[in-house]
Amino acid sequence: MTGIHKAYPGVRALYNASLSVREGEIKALMGENGAGKSTLMKLLTGAEQPTSGTIEIDGRSFKYMTPALSEQLGVACVYQNMMLAEQLTVAENIWLGRLPGRFGILDPRRLRRDTERVLQDIGYSGVIDPGQRVADLTASQQGMVAIVRAISRNARIVVFDEPTAMLADREVEELFKVIRMLRERRLAIVYISHRLEEIFRICNTYAVLKDGESVAEGPLEGMTEDRLIALMVGREVTGSNYDATRVPGAELLRAEGLTNERLRDCSLTLREGEIVGLYGLVGAGRTELARALFGCDPLRSGTVSLRGRAERLRNPRQAIDRHMGLVPEDRRRQGLAMLLSVKHNLNLPVYRRQSLFGLVRGRSEREMADRYIRDMAIKTPSPDQRVRNLSGGNQQKVVLGKWLATESKVFLLDEPTNGVDVGARQEIYALINRLAQRKAGILFISSYMPELMDVCDRILVMNRGRIVANVPRTEFDEEALLGYAIRTEATASTES
Amino acid sequence: MPKFPFRLNTQTVVLLTVIALWIFLGFKSPTFLGKENIQNIMVQMAIQGVIGVGAVVIILTGGIDLSVGSMVGFTNIVFALMLAKHGVSLSVAVPAVLLISAAIGLINGALVHDLRLPPFIATLGMMTILRGVTLVISNGSNVFGLPRSLSEMANSNFQGIPYLFLILIVVVVVVESILRRTSFGRYTYALGSNREAARLSGVDTRMVTYGVYMLGGLLGGIAGVMETSRLWMGVPTTGSMFELDAIAAAVLGGASLAGAEGNAIGAFIGALLMTTIYNGAVLLGIDSNNTKVLVGVILLVTVAIDQVRKRRAGE
Repeated sequence: MTGIHKAYPGVRALYNASLSVREGEIKALMGENGAGKSTLMKLLTGAEQPTSGTIEIDGRSFKYMTPALSEQLGVACVYQNMMLAEQLTVAENIWLGRLPGRFGILDPRRLRRDTERVLQDIGYSGVIDPGQRVADLTASQQGMVAIVRAISRNARIVVFDEPTAMLADREVEELFKVIRMLRERRLAIVYISHRLEEIFRICNTYAVLKDGESVAEGPLEGMTEDRLIALMVGREVTGSNYDATRVPGAELLRAEGLTNERLRDCSLTLREGEIVGLYGLVGAGRTELARALFGCDPLRSGTVSLRGRAERLRNPRQAIDRHMGLVPEDRRRQGLAMLLSVKHNLNLPVYRRQSLFGLVRGRSEREMADRYIRDMAIKTPSPDQRVRNLSGGNQQKVVLGKWLATESKVFLLDEPTNGVDVGARQEIYALINRLAQRKAGILFISSYMPELMDVCDRILVMNRGRIVANVPRTEFDEEALLGYAIRTEATASTES
Repeated sequence: MPKFPFRLNTQTVVLLTVIALWIFLGFKSPTFLGKENIQNIMVQMAIQGVIGVGAVVIILTGGIDLSVGSMVGFTNIVFALMLAKHGVSLSVAVPAVLLISAAIGLINGALVHDLRLPPFIATLGMMTILRGVTLVISNGSNVFGLPRSLSEMANSNFQGIPYLFLILIVVVVVVESILRRTSFGRYTYALGSNREAARLSGVDTRMVTYGVYMLGGLLGGIAGVMETSRLWMGVPTTGSMFELDAIAAAVLGGASLAGAEGNAIGAFIGALLMTTIYNGAVLLGIDSNNTKVLVGVILLVTVAIDQVRKRRAGE
């Protein structure tokens, strides 16, 4: 792809962008959110057409792509949210649009045979059953189905768009195995991710987009993380985000023996000014623990006390009234009302302070919004802008801002940097530190160990619904933490 | 993002259409802009407007109320029976009927929130039940013998403005204020945009769901009382298909069935557009069956244009 321009009404999405991938190459496509990565890939798959520029595949030159042409030329895309028909079976998903049969009557035997064949091809026969419903698969298995679908269409160029965002470390390994296998088969691969160490592990070359322009392209050999980040954001990012000046104070939150369908006897404490990480594989129960603490899901047994007072939180309202705030893992589905304005979203938990049919004071609502837009440097043209039109990082700041507006003391942050670009990520770390400085207690859930090791005072590790380790900062060790998370027999101390 | 000097929203577009129609009809028919005909339009749109506002409130949360037509018929018969057969006075019967309609709305809300029935199914069931009950308690026949004062309400004016239309204006102003200015209003939009996010932000989703369906039921009851006053009798089949007119008025006024978009003024404008077309068609001597086709086409075209416009705006 060379000299690509793409303009939307009033917005220049791409300006003189270029990208090339060869057979057997895994190219990292990098850039902050909004830099134009997704747009560039949409042009490649024919979802949208460029304003000008050329796309060349196997020496044939095109002005633009259409979805059909792109597929015919062997371009396939595996998205972060997998775009599968969840109610259909694995086999149906893989062959959707070209199901085997005659005169519109399905041939179930051939469907099954063909599916077995392609699953075997990537070493997944026996792991995934062609007749299983996709909704019943784990996130990583769904990812595999998406990949199988791509390669079963004789793809020659495969684009991976944030494929690991929803995966735990062990699942990432499986994915990488498959990607390496694709490379050995001389496929050309474009790999988009925000996770730098993944890029250094799997990719051989890189291309960086900044504000819609190509700023650098070359081999990864000899590159450093810091230089890549600098290329993306145009500035050097400092290494450590740990704030050593904080002194944890009085106990804010204590949970003992929390147990429900997904949790086994979980105990933890959180102090004022303390940042506690919560690590674990996807499905280990981290989200469920946060939800239980916030009163979303019922507990079978166990107690929660806030500032030494035992509480029974039966719903999020009670948690909010006791100054807790939850930033849920999926901001689109759980965190934000995307159709509503920044102002409206920021004020959503604040309206509780008045009666249901009491008049909302427009001025205080507006002031509240202005204050947190300024305080958190949310980039929005106006408080009345729809949240949907903001970038991922700014959306996440709105979710956080809600709990600042209610003067929360306990923050439960579930994957707060998921799908957020490097620059905004730094801002979120800084914000977490600022909250802790103001005597808030923070439970920071993440699947991304480097960030937990960067900002947390200690890290709790969950494994199959239990908290299996409580590791202080002085003993942070990537291998040990991972060990706690993946080992079947939990041996570590559960005292916290 | 480029800033246009002003952006046309759906309500403005529909309002401009109405004005264009009025100019056109004013030229075509000498009686259209006469005082009598304008009063006619006001009366004709009043009932549809009231239930259109009710429809908007529920649609804002991503729900729908199919039972409002049956609600109009049910309250019409209950109201008429109270007055004619049981000698209840107007000052008792009106609040009683409104209370009953709000209670039925509450049942709708409970079906939707607590039993997790899809709103379409819950209110479809309620629609059938209410119509059945209406036919049973009235023995399927009309109820006569209502006080004359009731019919006078439908036929009198205040400074030339029909009372029924004034009721509509009050309803629009009150509901629009609730939507814009109260936390209940903010929650209504929040629920329609993202129920889970609203819940996790401390919104009492049960109370809001109950609230919108109760408000929808109450407005159905008000429309039932207005209809009784207009008919001056109880007619067990009245109100059938009103729910569709109500939804049409809401949607013409910019409400999105996906929720979180629309407002009470929009429903008013939507009802005005539909009434103008029906009224104008009669004056121009167009066959009423053809008018139905026309209204259907206009509904589809308006919503289609709106969808295209929104996509252009990059939404």
